[in-house]
Amino acid sequence: MAVHNREEFLNHVAKRLGRPLKLEGVKRPKWSVTPQIDKYKDLSKEELIDMLIKQAQEIGTNVFRTNKDGLVNVLKDAIKEYEGVKIITAKDKRNEDYGLIAFFDSEKDLQVHVWDYELGKDNMRIAEQADIGIIFSDITLAETATVTIFNNKDHGNSIVIMPKDYIAIIPTSTIVPRFTQAASQIHNRIANGEQIETCVSFITGPSNSADIEMVRVVGVHGPVRATYILVDDE
Amino acid sequence: MSLKLKETAYSKRIKEGIKDDFARNAVASAQGRFRTGRLTQAAILGDWEEWRRLGEEIRSHTIENLDYYLMQLSENVSKRGGNVFFASTAEEANDYIKNIIKQKNAKKIVKSKSMVTEEIKLNEAIQETGAEVVESDLGEWILQLDGDQPSHIVTPALHKDREQMRQTFTEKRGYTGSSDPDELAQFARQQLRNDFLTADIGITGCNFAIAESGTITLVTNEGNADMVYSVPDTLITVMGMERIVPTWEEMEVLVSLLTRSAVGAKITSYVTAYTGVRSEEEIDGPEEYHLVIVDNGRSKILGTEFQAALHCIRCGACMNVCPVYRHIGGHAYNSVYPGPIGAVLTPLLDGYEDHKELPYASTLCGACTEACPVKIPLHEMLIMHRQKIVEEEKKAPLSEKLMMKGVGMWGGNPSIYNMSTKMAHTALKPFEKDGVIKKGPGPLKGWTDSRDLPAPPKESFRQWFKNRDKGGKA
Repeated sequence: MAVHNREEFLNHVAKRLGRPLKLEGVKRPKWSVTPQIDKYKDLSKEELIDMLIKQAQEIGTNVFRTNKDGLVNVLKDAIKEYEGVKIITAKDKRNEDYGLIAFFDSEKDLQVHVWDYELGKDNMRIAEQADIGIIFSDITLAETATVTIFNNKDHGNSIVIMPKDYIAIIPTSTIVPRFTQAASQIHNRIANGEQIETCVSFITGPSNSADIEMVRVVGVHGPVRATYILVDDE
Repeated sequence: MSLKLKETAYSKRIKEGIKDDFARNAVASAQGRFRTGRLTQAAILGDWEEWRRLGEEIRSHTIENLDYYLMQLSENVSKRGGNVFFASTAEEANDYIKNIIKQKNAKKIVKSKSMVTEEIKLNEAIQETGAEVVESDLGEWILQLDGDQPSHIVTPALHKDREQMRQTFTEKRGYTGSSDPDELAQFARQQLRNDFLTADIGITGCNFAIAESGTITLVTNEGNADMVYSVPDTLITVMGMERIVPTWEEMEVLVSLLTRSAVGAKITSYVTAYTGVRSEEEIDGPEEYHLVIVDNGRSKILGTEFQAALHCIRCGACMNVCPVYRHIGGHAYNSVYPGPIGAVLTPLLDGYEDHKELPYASTLCGACTEACPVKIPLHEMLIMHRQKIVEEEKKAPLSEKLMMKGVGMWGGNPSIYNMSTKMAHTALKPFEKDGVIKKGPGPLKGWTDSRDLPAPPKESFRQWFKNRDKGGKA
């Protein structure tokens, strides 16, 4: 696609920097310190899970822990707690693997929409009216209790932004110490010539704002409430 | 284009700021909470000084090689189906965006919070096209309804209380509820939902552009930026040309520094990283994408002793510790960028003429420098500004100039000076209180208008020096 005024602009920048234009040959230096790499790297999986649970609770998120067999019951309770009827979820391979398809089929009172790109913008309209969005975390950051989503044609960002509440299913195998590991994974994919997703979302707890007298209010534009269900899958 | 917000004089703005009791208390309490939050999170993270050093190294390497990284960024955005426009001035940026609006025949534009669009006065430009522009950040939306200006870069409506907000909602949008923050926020959610769903174009700012992939990173709590990204079919990102990092790994480090330094949080509710246009089968995100990279005076800072000011990651930590900001508030700076970084940056972007007082809006205590997560030597830059103003530009504020002129005439003539120092103790006695002079006469007025002067001793230094050998008392 079009790039306008670049040559003139960059030449001017180089001139101001007092040297000829540099368009190649720049390498990231070896930083003199790298505190991010060592942070929490020695924690065991159980210690990371403890940290994740504490942090999630601190930011007002419900947390449950179960295994694949117990997931459906925990999920059922979480949906009930939020009095959810209209549910939206991604067309995710894990739906089948974790027993969600069978669960949705058996719950006749729920209106479940599985994202279908062939329906176009209707997906978004359904998301906007939904009570609960259900998502799987692709990478989970223990330090900040953050869920990472690689959005794609079967998984729109709307699923986690527009509904009133959301429930994130977190396979414990996705847990890493902090943002550092997720950023490195993505960087390595790019370095290997892979094309990354159009939208990568890092989501932490409910939407909130402190713009009115510094009082924290939840659910300003995104979900009001959030539940994390940790599933031991290893 | 001027960064000035109003024509009111600095002295008047300060007075208005100081006498606004609600705003003073709000700022003092916000400063306390932000500061405690930052220190707590820095302690939990550990090795804070190492993190700051890393932040400084990343920023300094990136700005040193800005042409390289901007080239890489623009190539990658273009590869992913986006258009890139390099704008030297605010006018160029605004004209480009106005053209898109006209081409699309857009009626409604929804925005997420962006300082650079405030800087280039984009909303005013958009309104010239006849299109409606809606700010979707809660604080910004309240200010927009009221025709007011931000007073803090992180919590823009800090100076307003909930009752004022309730009144605004009632008058402008027929709100009938209470001033309870939850109820106010829910009302804003309903109002803005409709705007998101009916907008033709979305506009966001940019916390960090990632050169290696052409990605724009937005760091928010409300989720409005995600709505702006997801819904409209046309998306425009406006970024200051320095808001860029080499790779995702540096983005992560700077986001870690930013959220802790800005609001004392480990992370915000949303960190959203989007790249180019949506693929054919995707529903969310834009089908047409434009990245506007703005210079607007920034390049004048490159290659100067102020270059590190471009390292700023807009966390606001400097204003959260500044004693002067605490007392005069954000509006007194009369710039999109208030506080210590505003006092450094505004004159650089916009010249000394309209902003010559700002480098003096500091006690030079250095708290800002200490708080800065990327180690910008802010208070030293304020001193450099003062030197330039006095030496080169001869544009010191009027009070300082008059004072120095008076002192110059007085101190420059030995006989007048000798006489006056001998006479001083007696002559200034009526003005003295508790050993200091608060309201001095003649040449001292300029000085004592802004600060106290110690009362002269009975014996002047010269007299004492002369008498010393004759057994004068020390």
